[in-house]
Amino acid sequence: MRVLVGVKRAVDYAVKVRVLPDKTGVDLANVKMSMNPFCEIAVEEAIRLKEKKVAKEVVAISIGPKACVETLRTALAMGADKGIHVTTDVRTDQGISPLAVSNIIAHFAKNEEADLVIVGKQAIDGDNAQTGPMVAGLLGWSQGTFACGMEVDGQKLILDRETDSGTEKLSLKLPSVVTADLRLNEPRYATLPNIMKAKKKPINTVDAASLGIDMELKNTVVSVEDPPVRKAGVIVESVDELVNKLKNEAGVI
Amino acid sequence: MYRAIGKSTRSFLGYSTRSFSRVVGSDIISPLIGLNDDQKEFYTLAKGFADKEMAPYAAKWDEEAVFPRDTLQKCAELGFGGIFVKEDVGGSALSRLDTTVIVEALATGCVGTTAMLTIHNMCAGMIDKFGSPEQRQQWLPKMCTLDTMASYCLTEPGSGSDAASLQTTAVIDPKYPDHYTINGGKAFISGAGMSDLYVVMCRTGGSGPRGISCLLVPKDTPGLSFGADEKKMGWKVQPTRQVIFEDCRVPVSNRLGDEGQGFAMAMTGLDGGRLNIGACSLGAAQASFDIALGYIKERKQFSKAISEYQATQFKVADMAANINVMRLSLRNAAALLDEGHPAATAHCAMAKRTATDYGFNVVNDALQLHGGYGYLKDYHIERYLRDCRVHQILEGTNQIMSHIVGRSLVA
Repeated sequence: MRVLVGVKRAVDYAVKVRVLPDKTGVDLANVKMSMNPFCEIAVEEAIRLKEKKVAKEVVAISIGPKACVETLRTALAMGADKGIHVTTDVRTDQGISPLAVSNIIAHFAKNEEADLVIVGKQAIDGDNAQTGPMVAGLLGWSQGTFACGMEVDGQKLILDRETDSGTEKLSLKLPSVVTADLRLNEPRYATLPNIMKAKKKPINTVDAASLGIDMELKNTVVSVEDPPVRKAGVIVESVDELVNKLKNEAGVI
Repeated sequence: MYRAIGKSTRSFLGYSTRSFSRVVGSDIISPLIGLNDDQKEFYTLAKGFADKEMAPYAAKWDEEAVFPRDTLQKCAELGFGGIFVKEDVGGSALSRLDTTVIVEALATGCVGTTAMLTIHNMCAGMIDKFGSPEQRQQWLPKMCTLDTMASYCLTEPGSGSDAASLQTTAVIDPKYPDHYTINGGKAFISGAGMSDLYVVMCRTGGSGPRGISCLLVPKDTPGLSFGADEKKMGWKVQPTRQVIFEDCRVPVSNRLGDEGQGFAMAMTGLDGGRLNIGACSLGAAQASFDIALGYIKERKQFSKAISEYQATQFKVADMAANINVMRLSLRNAAALLDEGHPAATAHCAMAKRTATDYGFNVVNDALQLHGGYGYLKDYHIERYLRDCRVHQILEGTNQIMSHIVGRSLVA
């Protein structure tokens, strides 16, 4: 089985982002960037498939500027076999549409003869959560989102999905697209020897413009603003008053 | 008129009145500055590990005097058990400079644990460099995985700075040929009682440094025992005990190098060890500085954040400058040690003294910036302070560092 894993270079989860003064986006200048946490989980799952001898090769793909090479190297240091860097200079948090990303990943899924595509359920910058399902749609493959458990059984994928009402068990016919949720696994650290070995693993560089994929943004960001400043709470005098406020002011009941 | 001049000067110099991308906050003295791509990955790996596996537990480990052996095992899985040991025995074969970067990152998580790791690495490095092929194969694979943890035994109750006057003896008793019989005792040994292997400098010949040899003593050797765990100001995660030898016998094949070479080997080990202790102070200083930088922006007195007062800004500027000096000094000395530069020992000594003295003061300043809260264990600064105080003393007191450099300067 061959596995393609999408890894996105996004703002580090611990960074306190600031909105740009012109509200066109978040200030990314000199901000610490890392592999999207859900992408780390996706890579880890792919590596485990390789260790179980279910997967033969794991290919990591990243779309973005030159610095994405660092993200791919992290994936290689975790155990991926090779990397694909699709270069573009647009802001990858909001300058490229999920549809374009999905088309690119679908293109390489076919190119690399992948049987399984694993991506994070969403990226923590855009929070769109669209790429996984769209790739499946474009390829006509089965999909399982919010995966919290995964087993390969011959030509079938047995997937546990996290839903609001509990864990759902699905059986998918390969080839499939899976999106990784938080509890799927605990990603490993790279090790010093693997970091050094990763330097010898190949990374193919491809210009996004050369793929013949429509990169035009169909949705544009109108503005990015800080969330409203938290207001002080109100002390209510009775249960009736509480119920009234919940119903008529907060609109939650 | 002033305004007109001002405007034209600004445009002449190319200043823009719009905001431009610049580095702010602690990133100004980011440890990543000046590192190559590989070293940035090493730092990121070690810092991520420290943030996740060490920092959340460090206060508890200190409070309960717990030695986190399993955390050290995880360190070994990442390749930190033999950072500069050659690859053929499972080492990571990195440079001293790479090691300094890794150590400063780990130390932000827990100083005491990191220090023990560096002592272990120092011992592994000595066996790697001076051991015979058989000795390397016998000891290093397990040391790199940290299945075998090692302690360095040089200091005795009667010989600290005057290390070469040590009195623990190792003789070949005719009743036990092919063995050294060791008698004596070592003091202040980090990891004693817990470590599996002891790298012991003992007297096999006449007085002075030339009479000293280095013996490897496994933990379960009969005649080896340990004193009580010392009650310390810091480094509480590590046991520190006397190591006692009473007719303790090891095979002659456990001797590292030739008789009489032990002192030179011990000193060679210390060159790198001093860099690592300095790097531990650097990590403590950086961590304390980062915490203080966050605190001063939140703490308000007299209606403003204390970060707005010039006195505070001057203080953190001094701290940043000193951290920078510590870092550059250590990294430069490490690079010299890597290249085998003849002045490397002096640079390691200077860097150790600079880093540990400045480091303690930076942590102390961070504590002061916190006011009363700095005195509380919950704010962590006091633990960094207690931990890095000893760095000015061990692996050669800072006064000995001055002695090493001073006597060479006037020679």
